[in-house]
Amino acid sequence: MPQSLLTVNKLTVTFGQSKVVDNISFEIRPGETFALVGESGSGKSITALSVLRLLPNNAQMRATSIVLQEQDLLNIPEIDFCQLRGRRIGLIFQDPMSSLNPVMTIGQQIAEVLHIHFQLSKSETNQRVLELLQQVEIPEPERRIHEYPHQLSGGQRQRVMIAIALAGKPDLLIADEPTTALDVTIQAQILDLLKNLQQQTGMALWLISHDLALVSNIADRIAVMQKGKIVETASIAEFFHQAQHPYSLKLLAALPKMESCMGRPEQAKSALLSVEKFKVYYPIRKGIFKRVVGHIKAVDGVDFELHSGSTLALVGESGCGKTSLGKGLLNLIPAEAGRVLFAGVDMTQLSGETLRRQRAEMQIVFQDPFAAMNPRMLVGDIIAEGLRALRAEISKQAMQNRVAELLLQVDLPVEAALRYPHEFSGGQRQRICIARALAVEPKLIICDEPTSALDVSVQAQIIELLKNLQKQQGLSYLLITHNLGVVAEMADEVAVMYQGKIVERGAVEQVLLRPQHEYTKTLLAAVPQLQTT
Amino acid sequence: MIVLWTDGLIYFLVVAAAVLAVYMSRQAHMRRPLHKIAASPVAMASLTLLLCFVMIGLADSVHFKDGDSRGNEAISLLDVACTTMRKHTEKTYSAPFSTHLYAKETIALDDGTTRWDYPRLQYGGAYLQNPEAEWAGDVFKKTLSAFSKGAGLLLMILLLAWGDKHEQRRRLSRSRSAIAVWVVMFVMVSGCYTLFSLSAYYHVLGTDKVGEDVFYQALKSIRTGLVIGSLTTMVMLPMAIVFGIMAGFFKGWVDDVIQFVYTTLNSIPSVLLIAASILMVQVYMSNHAEDFNNLLVRADMRLLFLCLILGVTSWTGLCRLLRAETLKLREMEYVLAAQALGVKPAMILFRHILPNVMHIVLISVVLDFSSLVLAEAVLSYINIGVDPTTHSWGNMINSARLEMAREPIVWWSLAAAFVFMFALVLAANLFADSVRDAFDPRRANV
Repeated sequence: MPQSLLTVNKLTVTFGQSKVVDNISFEIRPGETFALVGESGSGKSITALSVLRLLPNNAQMRATSIVLQEQDLLNIPEIDFCQLRGRRIGLIFQDPMSSLNPVMTIGQQIAEVLHIHFQLSKSETNQRVLELLQQVEIPEPERRIHEYPHQLSGGQRQRVMIAIALAGKPDLLIADEPTTALDVTIQAQILDLLKNLQQQTGMALWLISHDLALVSNIADRIAVMQKGKIVETASIAEFFHQAQHPYSLKLLAALPKMESCMGRPEQAKSALLSVEKFKVYYPIRKGIFKRVVGHIKAVDGVDFELHSGSTLALVGESGCGKTSLGKGLLNLIPAEAGRVLFAGVDMTQLSGETLRRQRAEMQIVFQDPFAAMNPRMLVGDIIAEGLRALRAEISKQAMQNRVAELLLQVDLPVEAALRYPHEFSGGQRQRICIARALAVEPKLIICDEPTSALDVSVQAQIIELLKNLQKQQGLSYLLITHNLGVVAEMADEVAVMYQGKIVERGAVEQVLLRPQHEYTKTLLAAVPQLQTT
Repeated sequence: MIVLWTDGLIYFLVVAAAVLAVYMSRQAHMRRPLHKIAASPVAMASLTLLLCFVMIGLADSVHFKDGDSRGNEAISLLDVACTTMRKHTEKTYSAPFSTHLYAKETIALDDGTTRWDYPRLQYGGAYLQNPEAEWAGDVFKKTLSAFSKGAGLLLMILLLAWGDKHEQRRRLSRSRSAIAVWVVMFVMVSGCYTLFSLSAYYHVLGTDKVGEDVFYQALKSIRTGLVIGSLTTMVMLPMAIVFGIMAGFFKGWVDDVIQFVYTTLNSIPSVLLIAASILMVQVYMSNHAEDFNNLLVRADMRLLFLCLILGVTSWTGLCRLLRAETLKLREMEYVLAAQALGVKPAMILFRHILPNVMHIVLISVVLDFSSLVLAEAVLSYINIGVDPTTHSWGNMINSARLEMAREPIVWWSLAAAFVFMFALVLAANLFADSVRDAFDPRRANV
């Protein structure tokens, strides 16, 4: 039994009346990867912050002891604690854009950490910064050292964050959702990098994540948190074979599985939406007269057909143009060229009143249920908005009845109509958004990443709801997502988008299990799979 | 009864506010924030203070002719209430509660000789035989008796409310916010009553250069302050909101035109514009002397135009803020969702954009309110502010400014203007804060 590196004993964190972390104890051993897994709000990030004493001011923390290498962190005065952060414990945050200072070059930001913790001359510092950039595998470090964060891609920024965390040569690296903001292929690279670095330096890695599949690939031991308590701690092999706690089992069951796409029945095909050579360009304007000097080709000639009553999944990484395509189909942004035939009508040629009426046949559900509703409107008014706009003649009573009916359809209580959106959880808000879309009885709903802001268990419920609605009302979905698990659960057909073009299209089983195109293969290989062996 | 232009606009504002209040209390989801305001001690205390100011301002906005008034002059309800103060004018400066003038004079004595000394005031403490000996006791006695009368009256009402048989009303009068209201009321009513009844015997806040009672001036200035604050806002708000939101929402050429207009307007020094328009009004009034044969009407016209031109020059800042916020909001997913649902653009502006920029409007309006009252003072300095015959805090400060270098210092005009302005602006600020918090549903549970 190796000696432990960090031991946390009976840690409790409270915000006013509510206990966010409730009497938890765990240990991290030298050189291992320890994963703390839980849904949002379970208190996992707060646990990490309380070890580093970075809690917000209104939080209260109590613990019997927090021991790092035989030294009790609770007894260290604040002034010495600064020496410890960054030097012995490094930290990586979720969003690399907001964690880097936009007005400093990345070289300066890494050197800053070196200045604080080591006495190095200027040339030594420079040397060390280059080493670190090489260590995190950033190409051409000599040039990159003078660049600003906005000149780097998301994955490179996260690499810089890792370099900053490594600069102090910590014994323990805390990675708080290090890949959540990144695309799958980048995510895989970052995870590989973390694994390599851990082997090189022998540090311990404390990974905080909500993604069980990702954790199964990298962690040695796992602890599951639920509502501030650690409900189960086990080695990775034990956990994925014989999880004990019902909550762990529930989490495992809620994971969308690739295999679920097999054996989906063939459906009678009648095209509801057919898109031909569709293009969405964003003009680049320069000069006083805003002359168009070029275009960003977000969607560059896309063809596909969507059959009524079925689901077409549009898969791709961020920036591939899939959201632009969704908005372009609804004519929310103007199309450059091409035709969108929806139930026989070309949407791109419509304008004014006819467009307003026709557009209601196609609805959209957005990714972020927090931004998708006006915070100053009652839920009832939000749902009734479409009815008011399109059926002005409808009576007040009929409107209320319809709202109540819609709320029941999405499994929410009727009283919800008189409350404000912020009173609901993420999953409930997404249900309200779905109810709003259903209100105008559309034939097609464009779901733009409908579940990526949600926890896995909630995600499973929303998928279930969408599937049921499809069965009952014969809806068609255009599912825009990067999550291949969701695709496998829901889609009948898949189109893979890459740099504004569709590179592969076919039945879900064929694309996911027997991909033809190179890009599809890379994408599938990058998706973390549950390592059950 | 005479209705001046600004009087009419004030009545209109009061009626509009009353209608709005009644409408809001009828709406189920609006009642919640109203209850929240009612439950907040700070909000209710500042509202009480604001209402006191508004009541005084309203009393000063009911003008009529009177046997008292000379020629075409009209007087207001407030003037009637302050008749003694208004008529007790001394020769020049006198300190608060003093019995003597602030400047030495040659006094003719009964025996025919003359003496260089501070003369007795005509009204302030004139009935005292031997001011040196009697003054302190007299002031103390009068203060105590006036205070006990004012406080006694309020305590009686308080006791009635406290022991109310009606259970619900009693609980209401004992809530925390009600206690805050009682405290403010107590201070205001007993304080005002004391000052008011004392002002029959003394000049409680002294007199100014021409011997006018400063307390009376300060009370009369309330109306000017409120008019400038509210009417200017009334002119400015529609422009700022309509232009700001339109520029942000429609972008393209609409945005270009609006931006061009406010950049141009902003780059013209506003003092120049104000001076030009005030001069224009004066020329107009002297060309149409028959319509403006009355000092009060002329002063009122000038005040109205000052509000108008201040409004026209001050909407650009808020407009810019609103444009930026709208640019951000129009990309929000709920606006896209509304478009997808087929909601018309006008409706989107009204239902989605406007409520979500109201917090900015509210904050900047209240902050502007104080700077407008100050702007009036600055403009009075270069003689393009309100008419010199109009009582205003700006005029008070402006005339006091010259006496700051005097030894011993004449401080009471400045102090009176400062205290009144401070109370009004602070109350408005605190109240606006509570209103903003109460109407933000995201803060509903905080």
